Amino acid sequence: MTAIVASSPTRNLPDPMLPRPFRVQRVRKETQDTFTLELEPATGEGDYPFAAGQFNMLYIYGVGEVPISISGDPTKPHRLVHTTRAVGVVTNAMRQLKRGDMLAVRGPFGNSWPVVEAQGKDVIIVAGGLGLAPVRPALYHVLAYREKYNNVVLLYGTRTPLDILYRREIEGWRSRFDVDVHVTVDRAMHPWRGNVGVVTRIIPKAPFDHLNAVAMICGPEVMIHFTVLELEKRGLAPGSIFISMERNMKCAIGFCGHCQWGPNFICKDGPIFSYEEIKPFFGRRGL
Amino acid sequence: MSTPSIESILARHPFFQEIAPAELGAIIEHARLISFEPGRLIFHQGEPAAQLFLITEGKVSLEVFAPQRGPILLMTLGPEDVLGWSWLFPPYRWHLDARALEPTQAIAIDGARLRERCEANHELGYQLMRHSVGVIEQRLQAALLQLVDLYGK
Repeated sequence: MTAIVASSPTRNLPDPMLPRPFRVQRVRKETQDTFTLELEPATGEGDYPFAAGQFNMLYIYGVGEVPISISGDPTKPHRLVHTTRAVGVVTNAMRQLKRGDMLAVRGPFGNSWPVVEAQGKDVIIVAGGLGLAPVRPALYHVLAYREKYNNVVLLYGTRTPLDILYRREIEGWRSRFDVDVHVTVDRAMHPWRGNVGVVTRIIPKAPFDHLNAVAMICGPEVMIHFTVLELEKRGLAPGSIFISMERNMKCAIGFCGHCQWGPNFICKDGPIFSYEEIKPFFGRRGL
Repeated sequence: MSTPSIESILARHPFFQEIAPAELGAIIEHARLISFEPGRLIFHQGEPAAQLFLITEGKVSLEVFAPQRGPILLMTLGPEDVLGWSWLFPPYRWHLDARALEPTQAIAIDGARLRERCEANHELGYQLMRHSVGVIEQRLQAALLQLVDLYGK
């Protein structure tokens, strides 16, 4: 079997430490505490090409800078889209932004989901909570080139029905006849008629051929851990499982060391890792 | 398309793997296909737990009723899932409500007869207990993960 590696697209960045001004084109509230920003270059530059899985450093003037995954469509590089949760000083300030406001962007950084290497295979995307945002570009890519893939499965778990991200878009994916979409929530009241339970419970019934499939997982690490266990129970090899990791990224180019994780810097060597590569230290305390 | 028989469903169901054909034949005598309309309660908390259900079609929610809040959905089950353990342990009463969320079909097996057969044939009892514990372990693990509030801030 040919080993698959996470892609590392060549980049031609002028200066990775130099923020570029962007203007807020649109702000959309997704859930009670998550929102999506659509940005355009303030300098009139054209497209903003990126690969599915990459992230940007978003800088709110006078407040600070945070790493946020790009959650837009890589086949539509004229729109830069970021979805995040308001949890800290910077992201709370970000939530206050309105159309026309300015912020600065460094990036894109990091490697990408193995969307090219997954061609000819079943694709299983497992997302938990806000983890749907970083993996959405991979799904966009797969759907844009749908004929190149076999079964495409999205398994999405979140807290409650009110926490479902991109609800209308998920409904759209569900109405297609070529994508298997399963959504589950941890708790619910009537009139919710969907699944209740952790996302790992859906894996045993997901339609994929374990000998010819690639899984892409994004979510909290505990969820990733149990998702990997279930995928391995189904017979999927560690080299066919890819996960997106998060740590405290500051410089985004592997200089500052804040995001060191074992022998890797998440910003430079990740954020996407093959499970085979990180299995020896995944989940290890202190890393 | 013809509906599969109870015999064929049980024979390939993971819960009844490694059960001797003669024993499976005896179990089938106490099994019947049963349907539920959406919204209908399959069993109710506190009532005698008399049956084991194997869901073949549809979706079922396990619920607990909270005064002033209404029914809280704890878990949903679907095709091939096993529903209900309280028939196996005293006092043989349901601890939760189970409700069909969609048109649902299941095989209902008489719990008291199943217990009798397990007592009479410990090999059967061991196999069923082993499969039961496997499913209960998965449900417990899933329930514990739900408690963690994985997706919280």
